[in-house]
Amino acid sequence: MTTPSTPSSGRRLGRTTTRRAAEAVVRAIIYLCGWMAIIILGAIAVFLMWNSLRAVQEAGLVTMLTGTAWYPTSSPGKFGMLPLILGSLFVTGVALAVCVPVGVAAAVFISEFSGRLVKEVMKSIIEFMAAVPSVVYGLIGVAVLIPFVRQFFGLDTGMTALTGGIVLGIMSIPTVISISEDALHAVPAELRQGSAALGNTRWQTTFKVTIPAASSGIFAAVMLGLGRAIGETMAVLMLTGNAAVMPTSIFESVRTMTGTIAAEMGEVVQGGLHYSVLFAVGLVLFTITFAINLAADLVLERQRKRWRR
Amino acid sequence: MVTPVLVSGDGTLVYNGGPVSATVPAVRDEAIDTTGDARGSFSLAGVSVAYGKDLVIEGVDMHIPPQAVTALIGPSGCGKSTLLRCLNRMNDELGNVHIGGTITLDGQSIMGKAMDPVELRMRVGQVFQRPNPFPMSIYDNVAYGPRTQGVRRRGELDGLVEESLKGAALWEEVKKSLKKHAFELSGGQQQRLCIARALATKPEVILMDEPASALDPISTQQIEDTIAELKSSVTIVIVTHNMQQAARISDRTAFMLRESLEEPAHLVEIGDTKKMFTNPDDERTESYITGRFG
Ligand SMILES: Nc1ncnc2c1ncn2[C@@H]1O[C@H](COP(=O)(O)OP(=O)(O)OP(=O)(O)O)[C@@H](O)[C@H]1O
Ligand SMILES: [Mg+2]
Repeated sequence: MTTPSTPSSGRRLGRTTTRRAAEAVVRAIIYLCGWMAIIILGAIAVFLMWNSLRAVQEAGLVTMLTGTAWYPTSSPGKFGMLPLILGSLFVTGVALAVCVPVGVAAAVFISEFSGRLVKEVMKSIIEFMAAVPSVVYGLIGVAVLIPFVRQFFGLDTGMTALTGGIVLGIMSIPTVISISEDALHAVPAELRQGSAALGNTRWQTTFKVTIPAASSGIFAAVMLGLGRAIGETMAVLMLTGNAAVMPTSIFESVRTMTGTIAAEMGEVVQGGLHYSVLFAVGLVLFTITFAINLAADLVLERQRKRWRR
Repeated sequence: MVTPVLVSGDGTLVYNGGPVSATVPAVRDEAIDTTGDARGSFSLAGVSVAYGKDLVIEGVDMHIPPQAVTALIGPSGCGKSTLLRCLNRMNDELGNVHIGGTITLDGQSIMGKAMDPVELRMRVGQVFQRPNPFPMSIYDNVAYGPRTQGVRRRGELDGLVEESLKGAALWEEVKKSLKKHAFELSGGQQQRLCIARALATKPEVILMDEPASALDPISTQQIEDTIAELKSSVTIVIVTHNMQQAARISDRTAFMLRESLEEPAHLVEIGDTKKMFTNPDDERTESYITGRFG
């Protein structure tokens, strides 16, 4: 790139210097952009911690994390987050039970058993599914699923963890499908051929070689679907009934962490204890999603190493 | 060039109105079928192959004797891999492939509905150009085929695994680490593992498509030694670009040639390897073998 310059090539030398300077600037910008993601993430964490400080000091971290009563407006307020955490877990659990089997099966179908045309059409539909705003899913859930759940299970209300979870599961399906499909697609064709050449049918090959070979990618897909489900706010706010009590089954109304923040943030005094507690809820949520994404990344990295023979 | 190709009702390939095999003066293969109780001999008559409308092989007549090594040679793109894949119906996997003529294995047709490809592939194994072990342990790789065939008993599987690994000359190197992941083996070991994997289903024939082309000289040597060992029990059909290799390891050699892109490939000559390499009948064979083209 930079040729060793002789004394006579003064002009070339000058040009090389400007080019070097330009390169350095470009490099600095690229580095900065690369670091930006980390800086923003760090800033969010610090911001959440800073604003949760009062909650930790006055309500106590352990008391909040293990408390079973959420009465933020009584005096003194009770800030037990466990009902919210459990609410999120129940809803997310149902969502996983919906999106994992459906999403993985659909990915297998698209990747292994469909022709080019069907594949393209399915992929467009899935992209479209991902683009529908969550409030629209919520609306459909209100109109269709709430009455159905109430009647089918003979409940007093159709606004339950189950209802929210089902809709959340449907919303997470595109994530699970597209990432699982990528993982299946990345399995080398030679492996499928090797299995077929040993007298295996398409199905046998799929279950014995292709899916196991893509398993880490499928796991990551599930984790990302989980992250999507746990962070979703609007649809759960519309569908779960928002009762901040300790849930005992998925057929009860629950309140999720996201729903709580969204619903209560408008009514709190800025800088007050309740305000700070909501930031603490946000911090818990942030920690959980961060851990999920980190785990997914680690698994993916392990798979990548494995394929690099 | 696009040659109009049709598959007629009985499965034979026709174009320009007549069956393909009738339009070419085929090279006759005079080898006599020595099948006594020997298993694993192929007979090909008027075999033509088209990808979509593109006819790439035409009118191949060939006998592949049992328990011997037959080498397929010829310039790149002359249809060696395509012909090899006809023998275990792996072309079926590609879709839009039409095959005409007749191919029999031990006298039984393997074409169309006459043979279930899944059953055929248990009798005719394949080793690919690049080692393709499955992402599982050495043991599970070898046991893969037998498990497909329904073998479940641990003792029986253990026996098959040992026998197959010995057959592929890999046993001594891995007998203490059968649980190790197959990807931890070297390229040459992986390829011998793939040979062991193919042996485990007790095939009559093993097809090898340039099995050593991705390997170093020492690994290549080991593969060649393995082939020499194996031919007493299985028929081997090997595609190779390495003339010395074909001369060293094969009993018979078939030379294919596609003279221009406008026409399909033909079988130019087939015969005993020694004769093919010292005194071939066709001068194109001689030019190719002596490296004048291809
Ligand atoms: N899946 C396919 N679809 C369409 N055409 C194909 C396909 N596979 C091979 N062909 C064509 O068929 C012809 C023969 O290919 P083939 O791979 O059998 O040649 P080959 O003799 O094995 O070549 P090489 O020595 O390079 O491996 C080539 O013209 C190739 O382009
Ligand atoms: Mg080839």
